[in-house]
Amino acid sequence: MTGGHQHVHGAPAAPTAQATPTWKLLATLAIAGAAAGWLVVTVYQITLPTIQRYAGAKIEGAVREVLKAPARWDTLYLVNDALTASPPADADKRELTKAFVGRDESGKRTGVAIVTQGPGFQEIMQLMVGFEPATGAITGIKVLDQKETPGLGDKIELDTSFLGQFATRIAPVSGVKGKPGAPPSQVQTITGATISSRAVIRIVNGAIAKWRPLVQAYDAGGAK
Amino acid sequence: MSAINAPEPGAADFVPGAPPPATVYADMWRGITRENPVLVQFLGMCPTMAVTNLLANGVAMGLATTFVLVGSGLFVSIFRKYIAHEVRITSYILIIATFVTLADLILAATFPDISKALGPFIPLIVANCLLLGRAESFAAKTGPARAVADGLGMGLGFTFSLSMLSALREILGRGSLFGHDIFGPHFEPWVFMMMPPGGFLALGIALLTLAFIQGRLKARRARLAAGAA
Repeated sequence: MTGGHQHVHGAPAAPTAQATPTWKLLATLAIAGAAAGWLVVTVYQITLPTIQRYAGAKIEGAVREVLKAPARWDTLYLVNDALTASPPADADKRELTKAFVGRDESGKRTGVAIVTQGPGFQEIMQLMVGFEPATGAITGIKVLDQKETPGLGDKIELDTSFLGQFATRIAPVSGVKGKPGAPPSQVQTITGATISSRAVIRIVNGAIAKWRPLVQAYDAGGAK
Repeated sequence: MSAINAPEPGAADFVPGAPPPATVYADMWRGITRENPVLVQFLGMCPTMAVTNLLANGVAMGLATTFVLVGSGLFVSIFRKYIAHEVRITSYILIIATFVTLADLILAATFPDISKALGPFIPLIVANCLLLGRAESFAAKTGPARAVADGLGMGLGFTFSLSMLSALREILGRGSLFGHDIFGPHFEPWVFMMMPPGGFLALGIALLTLAFIQGRLKARRARLAAGAA
């Protein structure tokens, strides 16, 4: 096939007549690498605002959903394991972990929404959890990202009656199988998606256990 | 031995293994039919199995791969005389990876839902043997026009195969097509078709159908030849 590059069986490989000098190989790769890098960076910069806008719109929609359409919301940032409304100027706000505090028309707090994640059946899943920090009552949850088994585990996102149960429960919730979950803390798991359902329950409980003290500490530190 | 190694007399530009001359149209049509990457060459089986559970995913994956095939084919062909033989694979992979990254970014900025559904499989086009295969065996040995035609044909053949498989799997596995319900609420979806084994079954059905059609055509040609003789 490659005429000039076959060598006789058993004999050491004879150098081909047109062996390319090393500097030429390096130059080829350096120029190609620089051109490729420039192209990728250019397209990255062009597409970045659009991609970030989609991500932002997705989070906003989720906040509206889990906090039951608040009149407005404030954003708190997690800095050094404490919530603050004004992060240090040198921190990139987009990179910080956030909590969204929903308020009704009078400015009264209706709930706090946070993004959390944990292991599902086979992949990390990402949820948004809305809850009332004073009581631990859940206002709503939404699946932001999951890679559960299509047709089985992905019902945790598609079966709205499963997620809907959480809105009337108080954390920590527990799962029951095969019968309707009784208020205030039981949730019925999905048939065929028991492990994924339990994963959701575990992630929600863990998130509220972690975030309730944080919000309460923020309240104690002189809330606005 | 020396007969094999000797370059063809008088051919200064002779490239070993260069594809036989053909029209641009023939180069393109070949990828869609006779040398279809999935159904004939069995290349790119990983995305074929992984993302063909929904028609939208299959089409998006096919078009993204087409974009990379055309782009990398063009660039490999343009620079084929400047890329030293020793570093050609590295250079091809660099060109392919660049176009894959572009495809990934453009898809994320235009169809975020599909981009999310395809997840890591778009970046993994880099490792699709179809790309390096076409770069090494075709684009590196022909002019840009033929290389682009080949990339387009292979890409469309890939898209066609993935669309067929994913349509079959979505209809049976979810009772819908492009997300639109087609059987109504009384259809019990074959969840099996949405899962990895369903991909193998769908591919098996497609290959069996193809073999059946080819067998019939061959028999018909044989009958016609016998009749003519």
